[in-house]
Amino acid sequence: MTNMITSACDTCPAHTQMAQMGLKIDNFDRVVALAGNPNTGKSTVFNALTGLKQHTGNWPGKTVTRAEGGYEFQSVKYKLVDLPGTYSLLSASQDEEVARNFILFGQPDCTIVVTDATALERNLNLALQVMEITDKVVIAVNLMDEARRKGLEVDTRSLARDLGVPAIPIVARTSEGMQTLLQTVADVIEGNILTSPLRMEGNDQYQAAVRTLAAQIEHLYPAIPNARWLAIRLLDGDDRVQQAILSGEVAELVSGQQRAEAQFSKQMAVAGRQ
Amino acid sequence: MTIPSITAQDILDQAESLRPQLKEGFRDEIVKSLYSEAARISGRAVHQVGNTKWDFDQKIDRLVTSPWTGLPIMLLLLAGVFWVTIVFANIPSQMIATALFWIEDQAANLFTSIGAPWWLTGFIWHGVYRGLAWVIAVMLPPMAIFFPIFTILEDLGYLPRVAFNLDWLFKRAGAHGKQALSMAMGFGCNAAGVISTRVIDSPRERLIAILTNNFVPCNGRFPTLIMLATVFVAASFSPTVSSFIAAGAVLAVVLIGVFFTLLMSWILSRTVLKGEASAFTLELPPYRKPNFSRILYTSLIDRTIFVLWRAIKTAAPAGALIWILANININGVSLAREIANFLNPFGLLLGLDGVIMLAYIIAIPANEIVVPTMMMVYSGVGMMTEITGFGEIRALLIDGNGWTMLTAINLMLFSLLHNPCGTTIWTIYKETKSTKWTVLSVVITLGTAFLVTFITASIARLLGWV
Repeated sequence: MTNMITSACDTCPAHTQMAQMGLKIDNFDRVVALAGNPNTGKSTVFNALTGLKQHTGNWPGKTVTRAEGGYEFQSVKYKLVDLPGTYSLLSASQDEEVARNFILFGQPDCTIVVTDATALERNLNLALQVMEITDKVVIAVNLMDEARRKGLEVDTRSLARDLGVPAIPIVARTSEGMQTLLQTVADVIEGNILTSPLRMEGNDQYQAAVRTLAAQIEHLYPAIPNARWLAIRLLDGDDRVQQAILSGEVAELVSGQQRAEAQFSKQMAVAGRQ
Repeated sequence: MTIPSITAQDILDQAESLRPQLKEGFRDEIVKSLYSEAARISGRAVHQVGNTKWDFDQKIDRLVTSPWTGLPIMLLLLAGVFWVTIVFANIPSQMIATALFWIEDQAANLFTSIGAPWWLTGFIWHGVYRGLAWVIAVMLPPMAIFFPIFTILEDLGYLPRVAFNLDWLFKRAGAHGKQALSMAMGFGCNAAGVISTRVIDSPRERLIAILTNNFVPCNGRFPTLIMLATVFVAASFSPTVSSFIAAGAVLAVVLIGVFFTLLMSWILSRTVLKGEASAFTLELPPYRKPNFSRILYTSLIDRTIFVLWRAIKTAAPAGALIWILANININGVSLAREIANFLNPFGLLLGLDGVIMLAYIIAIPANEIVVPTMMMVYSGVGMMTEITGFGEIRALLIDGNGWTMLTAINLMLFSLLHNPCGTTIWTIYKETKSTKWTVLSVVITLGTAFLVTFITASIARLLGWV
């Protein structure tokens, strides 16, 4: 690994224990998902971390399927799942469904939302939607070099403060900031960093409805982590989520099979693609 | 307090009953607040400190996406890519051909001198080996030049601009504007183009994009087109302009392919796949400096070697098959000649001939090897001409086998329009999960190929050109 040294931390031995594992992802300890808008360099991040050569290209929609790879960081083995780039998680197109289903049902230990520093506003829409589904989110602000070239200054501290989750500046092409990103992901997973993602509350009536429904969902599935999000989607009349609850997919997830879900989530993604 | 046990259905019912209590459009409000929140947060975090570079990108964009200059720039760029490929591929192609066929002769002589049976020498060297030699000589140099240039354009961010420029055309045809993207991917590989239609939300428009993707020539078919354009179309012009003529011919074929993509989309969207074109937003990504080492890797290893390896895998058995067909004699006529004669009337109807039809049938698994297969049939069936370069190819075809300009042009059209290769057909089946649409994708393309070549052949004959 040739890394640009951006801080003293990067030269510290604790931070350089990283190995690309390519496709050797049989015995992973953690699952990390890569989400983000199209064309923000997700696949570049993926390749930099796994050492794989997933094809990248400068046009939106390059990655339409999921790619999986592995990396090792501080002796912990991570499986990295590169999701299709999407602008939101609300519509029913196949790429969005693949991404959404994985974040929801694949239950990654952490989701990295790769954002484009030069178009942060548009990118944050997706980040906020991912944060509705899961607490374990790290924002990677990619293309910092391009932002600098365009005379943009991005204050990631302000970003992290407002969003309630860590925000790490990176340049994936040169691996700048990658060590910090991996350390932060590890910290979020291990609970060393506690996140409190910003969520859209809506009016009182809406909040009450969400609470009532979420309580019922939690009652039926005591261990469920995304009750609030499921409630919102049900109120919205989301067919796919209704189906998942009726068919017992949700129940299966909660009944202690989370680890076996690597296979399951694959089926979900395949189903989502059809 | 005990809560009565609830079921999954109860939860859905509860959601149903709660929903009417909420204000109409409650979710829109949430989405709106999502957007305003995103704007507020990014406004706080991002500051413009200078104004470099922005303007430059925008100026370029104004030029390449303008209604007046966008299309001409695109055509010039495309023609430029073809021209560079033709000029630089010609000489290495000839050198490789000369070297590989010299090896064939030497090896065959060696086999004969050590007393190997004639059929062993023939099968290995004039069959399998010759098949491989043709494929490598015809395909490798153009691919090694074309792919890196194409990848640079892709990395730079030019493809979405192409989609932007062509959007109005696709809309008129009742198709999705993003079909221009999947079409552009089809230039690389039609199977990849079919997969990339996943970015199209509407199933109707996605099917149109899948069914018409094969009308743009893939990487595997470009070498065929380039060779035919160089050896036939351009050869009658003086050397100074011949490379431009060849590039122009390839560009014309590509434009004909785009025309048929649009025409077929239009027909489909008014018949079996009726509907309106849906609106969409297409993001024009910033221009990015291409990463050259990665470009070389993806274009040379991923694409060139991949496509070549696939061609080699089908060319070796094809070469073996042709040698066997050419050397089994029934009543003094070889089986290959027999089949070619049988197919000849149909081939002539299309302005082609029986040998081309035979080569085409043998090459169905990977139809980019049609020309190499055809060359093997010609050289294996008829006289054993010493082939050392493109000049000899021309002589063999024109003098030895009665080719005309019509044959060359119709073969280019046929190779542009005919059915998808085996891999693409399989991909279409996997993507549509439907035998009906898969069969239709073959019928549409093959039907178009037959019809168009039949029409051009008839016109040429009526006007007395051939």
